[in-house]
Amino acid sequence: MKRFDLELAVGIFFLIGIACLAYLSIKLGRMEVIGYKGYAVYAKFSNVGGLKKGASVEIGGVEVGRVKDIKLDPEDYTAVVTFLLNPEVKLPEDSIAAVKTKGLIGEKYVSITPGASERAIQPGGRIRETQPPFDLSDAIGRLIYGSPGK
Amino acid sequence: MLDSAILGIRWIGKTVLFPVRILGRVGLFLATAIFWTFVPPLKVERLIRQINFIGAKSVTIVALTGAFTGMVLTLESYYALERFGADALLGPAVALSMIRELGPVISAFMITARAGSALTAEIGIMRITEQIDALEMMGLNPFRYLIVPNLLAGIISFPLLASLFNVVGIYGGYVVGVKLLGVSSGTFFGEMPQYIDLTEILHGLYKSTTFGLVVTWICCYFGYTTGYGAEGVSKATTRAVVASCVLILVCDYVITSLLF
Amino acid sequence: MIQVIDLHSTLGKQKVLDGVTLKVETGEVLALIGKSGVGKSVLLKHVVALMKGEKGKVLIDGEDITTAKGRKLEELRSRIGFLFQGGALFDSLTLFDNIAFPLREKTKMDEQKIREKVLYELEQVGLKGMEHKFPAELSGGMRKRAALARCMVTAPEIMLFDEPTTGLDPITAHSINDLIKRTHERVCFTGIVVSHEIPDIFFLVDKVAMLHEGKIVAFGTPLEIMRSSHPVVRQFITGGRREMEDVFEPIIEKLEEEFRAKGKCTQEKKDEKV
Ligand SMILES: Nc1ncnc2c1ncn2[C@@H]1O[C@H](COP(=O)(O)OP(=O)(O)OP(=O)(O)O)[C@@H](O)[C@H]1O
Ligand SMILES: [Mg+2]
Repeated sequence: MKRFDLELAVGIFFLIGIACLAYLSIKLGRMEVIGYKGYAVYAKFSNVGGLKKGASVEIGGVEVGRVKDIKLDPEDYTAVVTFLLNPEVKLPEDSIAAVKTKGLIGEKYVSITPGASERAIQPGGRIRETQPPFDLSDAIGRLIYGSPGK
Repeated sequence: MLDSAILGIRWIGKTVLFPVRILGRVGLFLATAIFWTFVPPLKVERLIRQINFIGAKSVTIVALTGAFTGMVLTLESYYALERFGADALLGPAVALSMIRELGPVISAFMITARAGSALTAEIGIMRITEQIDALEMMGLNPFRYLIVPNLLAGIISFPLLASLFNVVGIYGGYVVGVKLLGVSSGTFFGEMPQYIDLTEILHGLYKSTTFGLVVTWICCYFGYTTGYGAEGVSKATTRAVVASCVLILVCDYVITSLLF
Repeated sequence: MIQVIDLHSTLGKQKVLDGVTLKVETGEVLALIGKSGVGKSVLLKHVVALMKGEKGKVLIDGEDITTAKGRKLEELRSRIGFLFQGGALFDSLTLFDNIAFPLREKTKMDEQKIREKVLYELEQVGLKGMEHKFPAELSGGMRKRAALARCMVTAPEIMLFDEPTTGLDPITAHSINDLIKRTHERVCFTGIVVSHEIPDIFFLVDKVAMLHEGKIVAFGTPLEIMRSSHPVVRQFITGGRREMEDVFEPIIEKLEEEFRAKGKCTQEKKDEKV
């Protein structure tokens, strides 16, 4: 009887603990599904200030992929951002990638505006057109002091 | 004159070497325990008993402290975020602080207070009433019977309790944020997946696992090396709790800085 | 055979053992007497290497236990039963589990057999029906007796008893002494008994050693000790009371009688082993 109670208590404890852990990682956290299926494309930005690995890539507000990697191209000092995209989404060659901010000071994400070309970007290919993020402090500065350096 | 100089130098040597020696002893204690962890057979029955003691019996206190931590955290964060009009970030702010920092740390404090002190006292009493000697006399290794089950139980229980703390805390935050402060329920939960991914959760798990090892290790060490009499046990218990709490914070800092 | 050779030990700043030399022949029981705090328990713990002195040897059947390590130490200790002064029962286990513990951990005996054995031992020490109690629920004397049962259940060749009868009423104390005696007749263990029960203990043992100021000041048969003229010994066994001398004669006579009746026991277990 005593032993049974003990095992029951420990069993219940395990159930509660593992349920909590599972809840955290599946429901709240974006579980990185192991080997996230997708194809890689990259883009070069003059500035990606604030963009992080794992940030979402959206088309029209719908998530279609993730930022996989951010590197600096040592030759022309641009930021090379690699995306992993959902294989069902085919990007026209003349699509435009832009780094945007959710809300006023929210998280940075990448928004892609699809182009009209017939030809799709192949896996490993490059999105040629990019826009750097809108820099709030820069904009405020320009508003107050006029456009410097022009 | 020369004599007192030599005496002084000896005193300095002693005071410097003493902590180093203690450190060595504590380290050796852990090394021995790890060695015996991998020498079968494992005392499963003792392990279950200790998981019950350290883990299962701490569920209520951890859930309770978790709920209040989440609630007060939500209140504080709300007043801070509201100034910037960023109250949409309330959910993620609460969840992140809980998962990465407060969950592992506060739950470890609570378990130390509840189970760590009792662990030291129990082993200390076994030491002064010669029960540990009796084990040795039977040709049974005290590490296998007493220390290893405790360390394993700590490593298993702490992360589970920290997860419980987080979930209860986030729901506590939800109640305050949504029902009291009027943030919409969709905003509170909806934004979370954007900010939390598996690395954050793993980050929290590394911490609580480390705390589990450190707390049980320190508490077992102080119990095992108790001085004589009831006073010895009470001293050992106090020291074990203080040392555990300090080490939790030190490890917390070290792990956080290593993981970035 | 237990041999202690020139054992020195210092605890804290106090020299507790200062050159103890002692020998207990196989199959003999030795009574270790001495004032409280003189170091009897400390000496016993040195015999099983729970404490280590800074000098000297302890030989168990010719093998030095003070330098033994690992398996060797385990093997030597497994031949020794030790009754701790405080009992040292495991608080977390019931009486039954306490006594079954060494059997479960160190032998391959099946549960049915263990049950029989444990209940038998409990009955021997007068604790029948108490097997479900925890040590904390027992009186000091009951704990002592349970510890004695745990010590004897594995029937070791060597048994060391640290005050087996202290804190017991005269009747129980007598029955415990009797139990030790009967067990000795049955299995013929080699033993050391620490006891303050003078002269009762003299009827139980083959030899007596007295520890005083870190040394063995008197060693001999109970009769020799009773007749000893060593002032420290005399003072100790009379408790410093002159009038005790008068009651010595009948005791000595009784001892002589006992001594003549006592045959040398044989240790069958030893022979089986070869
Ligand atoms: N662990 C220890 N550390 C320091 N001193 C100790 C320790 N154990 C015992 N002593 C000292 O050693 C001496 C002998 O103690 P011991 O317990 O052997 O006495 P004893 O002869 O068994 O007495 P009693 O008949 O009361 O049991 C005592 O003076 C005690 O202060
Ligand atoms: Mg003693």
